[in-house]
Amino acid sequence: MQFFLEVLIGGLLSGVMYSFVALGFVLIYKASGVFNFAQGAMVFAAALTFVGFQELGAPFWLALLLAFAVMVVLGVLTERIVLRPLVNQPPITLFMATIGLTYVIEGLAQGTWGATVRGLELGIQDEPVQWLMEATDIGVSKFDLFGAGIAALLVTLLALFFQYTRVGRALRAVADDHQAALSIGIPLQTIWRIVWAVAGFVALVAGLIWGARNGVSFSLTFTALKALPVLILGGFTSIPGAIVGGLIIGSTEKLAEVYLGQYVGGGIDSWFPYVMALAFLLIRPEGLFGEKHIDRV
Amino acid sequence: MFYREAGQFKTSYAADQQIFPITQDRVGVLLILAFAFLAVPVLFNEYWLKAILIPFLIFSLAALGLNILTGYAGQLSLGSAAFMAVGAFASYNFMLRIDGMPILLAFALGGLSAALVGIAFGLPSLRIKGFYLAVATLAAQFFIVWALTKFGWFSNYSSSGVISAQEMEILGYKFVTPEAKYLLVLAIVVLLALAAKNMVRSSVGRAWMAVRDMDVAAEVIGIRIMHTKLLAFAVSSFYCGVAGALYAYAYIGTVEPEGFNLDLSFKILFMIIIGGVGSIVGAFLGAAFIVLLPIALDVMVQEWLSGILSPSISSNLQLIVFGGLIIFFLIVEPHGLARLWQIGKEKLRLWPFPH
Amino acid sequence: MSGRKIGDVILDLQNISLRFGGVKALTNISFDVREHEIRAIIGPNGAGKSSMLNVINGVYHPQEGRINFHGEERRRMEPHMAAKQGISRTFQNIALFKGMSVLDNVMTGRITKMKANFLEQAIRIGRAGREEIEHRKKVEEVIDFLEIQHIRKTPVGRLPYGLQKRVELARALAAEPTMLLLDEPMAGMNVEEKQDMCRFILDVNDQFGTTIVLIEHDMGVVMDISDRVVVLDYGKKIGDGTPDEVRNNQEVISAYLGVAH
Repeated sequence: MQFFLEVLIGGLLSGVMYSFVALGFVLIYKASGVFNFAQGAMVFAAALTFVGFQELGAPFWLALLLAFAVMVVLGVLTERIVLRPLVNQPPITLFMATIGLTYVIEGLAQGTWGATVRGLELGIQDEPVQWLMEATDIGVSKFDLFGAGIAALLVTLLALFFQYTRVGRALRAVADDHQAALSIGIPLQTIWRIVWAVAGFVALVAGLIWGARNGVSFSLTFTALKALPVLILGGFTSIPGAIVGGLIIGSTEKLAEVYLGQYVGGGIDSWFPYVMALAFLLIRPEGLFGEKHIDRV
Repeated sequence: MFYREAGQFKTSYAADQQIFPITQDRVGVLLILAFAFLAVPVLFNEYWLKAILIPFLIFSLAALGLNILTGYAGQLSLGSAAFMAVGAFASYNFMLRIDGMPILLAFALGGLSAALVGIAFGLPSLRIKGFYLAVATLAAQFFIVWALTKFGWFSNYSSSGVISAQEMEILGYKFVTPEAKYLLVLAIVVLLALAAKNMVRSSVGRAWMAVRDMDVAAEVIGIRIMHTKLLAFAVSSFYCGVAGALYAYAYIGTVEPEGFNLDLSFKILFMIIIGGVGSIVGAFLGAAFIVLLPIALDVMVQEWLSGILSPSISSNLQLIVFGGLIIFFLIVEPHGLARLWQIGKEKLRLWPFPH
Repeated sequence: MSGRKIGDVILDLQNISLRFGGVKALTNISFDVREHEIRAIIGPNGAGKSSMLNVINGVYHPQEGRINFHGEERRRMEPHMAAKQGISRTFQNIALFKGMSVLDNVMTGRITKMKANFLEQAIRIGRAGREEIEHRKKVEEVIDFLEIQHIRKTPVGRLPYGLQKRVELARALAAEPTMLLLDEPMAGMNVEEKQDMCRFILDVNDQFGTTIVLIEHDMGVVMDISDRVVVLDYGKKIGDGTPDEVRNNQEVISAYLGVAH
């Protein structure tokens, strides 16, 4: 039982990481209807940029700031060069364009900073929390708890941002109906740029935490891909969905690996989230928190 | 001046429904085929055959397969490479486990195995569309590669799932030289391309396009959506499966499941985007482009920038150029090279009197 | 209108109710359609007219009510079955296959009649090739009938609205339906295009004896060409009868013109 709980909690906390990436997807999808496949590459690029600046001698906060600035520039350029010319194209075309964008971002990031695997130090140890260990005999990583805390903070911040700022209101209006938002004078392109910048920020935070845990390497992009099943589970438009979906994927993935993996030779976490999302799609195509869609003819 | 359809009147529907209704096109295609079968093996050296022409033909076939599914039937797939893997490993096992298995039959059975797997992973398409479906095909991509690596039976318990393709032999003739392999691949690809063209210009192709363009209306005029979509998955996966078998037997020789990774799937997707979504000739143009581009980039980097750029940068440059081109084509010419080809032909029809 | 004799009831709808979640689209509607007649469904926007057509050809499944077609009680039906039973339709917002040529669009109308399987079509020997030509002939008849020969090979996406509507009618007719459902066939057309469309509808009805159920907003047209009219308002039936009867129905008048306050 203890072992089960340990696996479950570990899974939930690593699920938080998936939620991070999924959050970036949701933001962009809500505001512009673009399924941004490049979010994973953005996570990788952000982490690499941060580490790169640190290697150049920048202190933590400066590196963070510079990396954020780079992500904002990237977002703004993406809006200008990729999205604006493709406005009014079918969503699937935009989706394919973001696959192209993925390659560009990966190439640029590795071309600039090199492709070697680096470590990333945030100063928090990946070791069990002592008092919890003593009280309940369950090992919970400090680092995972820290990640979960950051996630909670970030989601709260985003929620406040959406709820109480002018930009946030405009964003929600755009998410509801592009045309209507345009017609009352909300500058769509500005909104998109802001959203891409925010998504870049989310990617940076995700990149830092993932990078500190697993090292900054190309495989980050694959980890980030696991945000896709999270989205399917949670629905493309829901921030709580991204969080809950991440938790579900993270915990079931770990449980499946531990309890089922041994019968089939392990490594099933490479595909388990996808197959689970697939099974889920068949039962509830709109996701946990998505909106049901009725076809009209 | 010589490329005209003026004066070529069709007096029967049969004549009007030919693949190439314009005489010059027919002659042109026959010339290209004659060149490909007769002149190419003589004119081109081993490097060209082995490193460029054979992979070009094989990728064309895979792109053809994906184009049937994505371009004609409108179902986006990110798992083409996985279906290639199924074809390769299935063919290998048919050859390995059945004595006297003819190689062509093994390829066909490999394709059929891929078709069956394709149908299984196509089932979700009955309920979901668009990028939901794209994510579902990622499940196929990761699951299949994992299964082929984990279960030793598929690779006859070799280490890390590597298989070595057996020799290809038809009626006692062994296909070992690059020329022989090239001709075999060419023959298979030409036949399958012809079959694909026939399908897309018949009612099955129209059903695919109808489902792609507006599925509700398609259903109302009597098209069975489920049947049509699953058929597209099956045929597409068959093509990818045969391509995968050829990839193992005629191109690489020794393959592992990891070789059919997500990157390869994306490459095939890029071929149809650049070549032309929903176009048979586009699959060939796109494959040629994607096969030649890295080689051209390498040459350019070495010629002009050697010393300035390190080799690792050239591989990143490749990523950037690939990605950039995809975005460029989606923005500027969403119908790809095939459309440019067509525009070129229209211009030629008017040349040299454009007014 | 010569040569056309209105026959027995071929489609009988009894107490149809249709809901989407909590929203009632149709409430307890009954009416019938007789063989060879032109039956119009009219009503203000949102009255449930399109839903009615969708019920007839099986796109929507009413929660209550019975449908009898050609003397057979209908069970739950998939939309593609309607085409097999001889029901074709056009859509309010043109639902052509935009990536295909006019000819290919109209050819899709024959799909239920083509027998060759995909393997025969891939090899294109035997009946697959023959079939293409046979059906092409039939399709060319329809194309001639609707006078769209000149745009045969044009992608439909490039055609003007009025012609697209005509191509959609061609696709429906290519199936040689016994019953044709037309959802606002004249919406958005100019007077000339409307006249053409009227003529086509009357000709179809007259020459092929096709039963027609149509939705139309243009009252002049409806009163001119239809034999009987059903009037819907807020998902309920408020009138049913010949154009004259409907025109003088008090409830219909108030629904359309509003009651004087």
